[in-house]
Amino acid sequence: MTNLVEMRGIEKRFPGVHALKAVQFDLRPGEVHALMGENGAGKSTLMKIMSGIYPRDGGEMLVDGRPVTPDGPRAAQELGIGIIHQELSLMNDLTAAQNVLIGREPRRSFGRLDEAALNAKTAEIFASLNLKMDPRTQVSTQTIARQQLIEIAKALSYKPRVLIMDEPTAALNDAEINELFKVIEMLKADGVGIVYISHRMDEIKRIADRVTILRDGAYIDTVQAADTPLSKIIQLMVGREVTQSAPVIPDSTASPVALEVRNLSRGHEVRDVSFDLRKGEILGFAGLMGAGRTEVARIIFGADPRDDGEILIDGQPVDIRSPNAAVQAGIGYLSEDRKHFGLAVDMTVRANIAMADLGRFTGPMGVLNEAAMEDTAKDYIQRLGIRTPSDMQDVRLLSGGNQQKVVIAKWLLRDCDILIFDEPTRGIDIGAKSEIYALLEDLAAQGRAIIVISSELPEVMRLSHRIAVMCEGRLTGILPGGAATTQEHIMELATRRGSALVDAEGQQ
Amino acid sequence: MTTTTQDAPASPLARIIAAGTHQRVLAFASLIVLLIGFSIASPNFMQTSNMIAILQATSVNGVLAIAVTLVIITGGIDLSVGTMMTFCAVITGVVLTYMGMPLMLGVVAAVLTGAFCGACSGTFVAKMAIPPFIATLGMMLILKGLSLVISGTRPIYFNDTPGFSEISRGSLIGEVLPSLPIPNGVLILFIVAAVAAYILNRTVLGRYCFALGSNEESVRLSGVNTDRWKIVIYALSGAIVGIAGLLIASRLNSAQPALGLGYELEAIAAVVIGGTSLSGGRGSILGSLIGALIMAVLTNGLRVLSVAQEWQTVVTGAIIILAVYADMMRRNKTS
Repeated sequence: MTNLVEMRGIEKRFPGVHALKAVQFDLRPGEVHALMGENGAGKSTLMKIMSGIYPRDGGEMLVDGRPVTPDGPRAAQELGIGIIHQELSLMNDLTAAQNVLIGREPRRSFGRLDEAALNAKTAEIFASLNLKMDPRTQVSTQTIARQQLIEIAKALSYKPRVLIMDEPTAALNDAEINELFKVIEMLKADGVGIVYISHRMDEIKRIADRVTILRDGAYIDTVQAADTPLSKIIQLMVGREVTQSAPVIPDSTASPVALEVRNLSRGHEVRDVSFDLRKGEILGFAGLMGAGRTEVARIIFGADPRDDGEILIDGQPVDIRSPNAAVQAGIGYLSEDRKHFGLAVDMTVRANIAMADLGRFTGPMGVLNEAAMEDTAKDYIQRLGIRTPSDMQDVRLLSGGNQQKVVIAKWLLRDCDILIFDEPTRGIDIGAKSEIYALLEDLAAQGRAIIVISSELPEVMRLSHRIAVMCEGRLTGILPGGAATTQEHIMELATRRGSALVDAEGQQ
Repeated sequence: MTTTTQDAPASPLARIIAAGTHQRVLAFASLIVLLIGFSIASPNFMQTSNMIAILQATSVNGVLAIAVTLVIITGGIDLSVGTMMTFCAVITGVVLTYMGMPLMLGVVAAVLTGAFCGACSGTFVAKMAIPPFIATLGMMLILKGLSLVISGTRPIYFNDTPGFSEISRGSLIGEVLPSLPIPNGVLILFIVAAVAAYILNRTVLGRYCFALGSNEESVRLSGVNTDRWKIVIYALSGAIVGIAGLLIASRLNSAQPALGLGYELEAIAAVVIGGTSLSGGRGSILGSLIGALIMAVLTNGLRVLSVAQEWQTVVTGAIIILAVYADMMRRNKTS
C-alpha cells in the first residue's frame, strides 16, 4: 500500500533548540496514526511542518509518493492536508459559518458575499457532525467545547485527505468525544488518514491503529496500537521505566486553616466555589481548559473582581481588591506565563530576585544597596539550586526550570505564606520538573499553604495532598490525594456537566 | 448587518437592538438627546439652515471617519488621514490648476493618490511588519512635508475650474426640491457611507476587515493571504480619504497645504464615539457617521448657545471618555 504521506529525516532548528532530529513519519489511507511524546518532544512542530506552517530545515516529505514542500497553510490544504490546532484559533467576533468557511466564502460578482449559501453550506457540515448549532451563532457566545466543535467543522470543510488533530478532545466531555470518534470512523471509512495527538492513553487504545513515539525531538519507534501495552508506550515516551510514585501525604488536619474561600462567584467563569487550605498542605486544582481554575486564583489574588463570596485568611475575613493588597495579606501568585507576568527576562537574576521587595534594599536618598541584593540573590541561588553561572546572568539565558526557580525566589523573599502556582512546570523538562516538585514539597513542609493548578493529571496526582476538581466554573468535588484516587475519578468530576450537544437540542 | 444574536431575530427592531449594536443605539440616543436639548435651549438651533450647516460641517470629518473605521476594524490605526487628505487636495490642485486638466481628471487624481498613499501605509504594516501607529505616523509627516514642498507652501486656488466648488457647495437635491437645499458634500458623505457599509457587511473585503481584527493569526493559518488583503483595505481607506480631500478643497475653493493636522484625531474620535472597538473586530460605518454627527451637533449647538470655542474642545474630550467608558462597562457586563 502506498503511503498517503511520508516524511523522512525531517530536521528543524529554532534558535538554541534542535527541535527535530532526523524524524520519520508515515501515514496510510484510512488509518488513525497516533503521535505520542511528552511536552516538547516535537509532535506539534512535526505536524506544523506537515501542514505548511513551518518550513523544514532538512529531510523530505512525500505525498502520494511525490516529493512536496508546502510553503504555507494554503499549499498544504491544496495537497489535502488539514489541521485542527491545539489552541483554539477562531475569530470570536464572527459567526460560526463565517469562521468555518473563512477564506472560501461563497461569492457573487464583484466580491459580494453570498451569506445564504455560506450558512447553508455550514449547516450541512454541522449536520454531518451531528452538531445542532445555528450557523449564524456568534462564536464568542459559545462554550469552549462548542468552539472546539466549530474548529473541527472548519477542518472538515476542506474535505481533507489527511487530517491532523492536535489534542482535539482536550475540552470535550464523554458524549462529545463519542460523537467525535464517530466522525473519525466515518472519515477512516472514506480513506482519510488521520494523525492523532493526545495525552489520553485510553483514547489511543480506542481509536489508534499505529502509534509513533517521539522523545526530545528524535524518532523512537512505531508500534501497532492493538498489541502494544500502554506501559510499553509510556516507557518509550519517557525513556525509562516509570513508576508513578504516590506522594507521601503528611497529616495536616491538625494544622490551622490558612485560607478559606466561601461561595466565590464571578459571572459564568466561577460559580459558587468554596474550599479551605491548611498550612503545610498542597491543594491541587484539576480540570479541563476553561474550567475556571486560573480564574479562581486570579480572584483570590485580587487580579479580577468577584461578584460574590468571601475570602478568609487565618480565620479573618479580608477584602482583597488588588494584587498589591493580596501580597500585603501574604498571598503569592505565580502565573502560568512566566515571561509575560513573572520575570523581567532582560535583567539579571539578582535584579529579578530583589525586585520583589526593593524597599528592603533601598537606603536613604533612594540608593540601592547592591551588596545586600547580591547576598540575598546568592542565598536563594544556593537554597533553590538555581543553575546559573553567577547572580549577574541575564534571566533570559537560563533554562525554563531555572527561570521558574527565580520566580519562586521572588515570592519567597516577600514572605508569602500562601503560594498559588499556576502550571508551575509548563515548558520545563522532566529533570527540572522533579526538582520543582521537591521544592514545592519542601515549602509545604515548612508550613506554607500551597495551591497547584495543573492541566497535567500526573502532576496533580504526584503533588497534591488533596485534589479539587473544577468543571465549567463549578467545584465539582475534592478528592483525597494518594494512590486511592485515579485519573478516571478526576476525569469523571472534570466532565460532570451537561453535554453541549444535548444543550443545543434543549435550545432549539 | 450580520446577525449577532444566537437565534434568528424575530423582527428588524430586535436586530437593531441586538447585543452587538448597543453602543450604536446609545450613540444614536445621545444624538437625539443633544438635538432636543439644544432646540429647547435655543429656538435658532432647529432651523433648516442651521441643520444644513451642521450636515455640511459633518461631511469632511464624516468621510474621514468612514475611511479610518475600515482600518480600525482590522485592529490597526491610521494617523495619516488628515495630512493625506491635504496631500490629495494639493495633487488635485496641481492637476487642475497647474496642468489645466479637465475636472474629471482632478477627481480621479485625488482618489488614486489616496489609494496609492493607503497602499504604501498598508505595505509598511503588512510586508515590513511596522506597527500601524508608527507606519502611519511616518506617513503623516511625509505627506505633510510633501504637500508643502509640491505647493511651495502656497495655497492652490481653483478659480480656473468653475465646476470645482460645486462638488461640495452646489446642491443637486436643491434643484429638485428648492425647499431642501442640501449641499452635494452632504450627499457625497451619505453615498460614501452607504457604499462603505455595503462593502463592510456584504463583501469578502469587509469580511476580512472583521476577521483580521478578530484574530489575524487564525485568518493567516486558514490560508488567506492576509498581507495582500491588509494592503487592499488600507488602499480603499486611502481612496475614501481622497474623496475627503476633494470635499475640503471644493469647500475652500483651494488646496491649503498647511491644513490637515488634527483632522485624524477628530476622525478617530468620531469612530470611537460610534462604538467601533480600537482593538479591532467590531465596528460599523453607521456608528462612525453618528459619531461624526454628534461632534458636529455639539460644536454647532455650543456655538449657538454662545459658549466659548475653548470650552467646546473640553466638552468633546469629555464625550470621548464617557463614550468609551460606557462601552467598557457594557462589555464587562456581557462577557
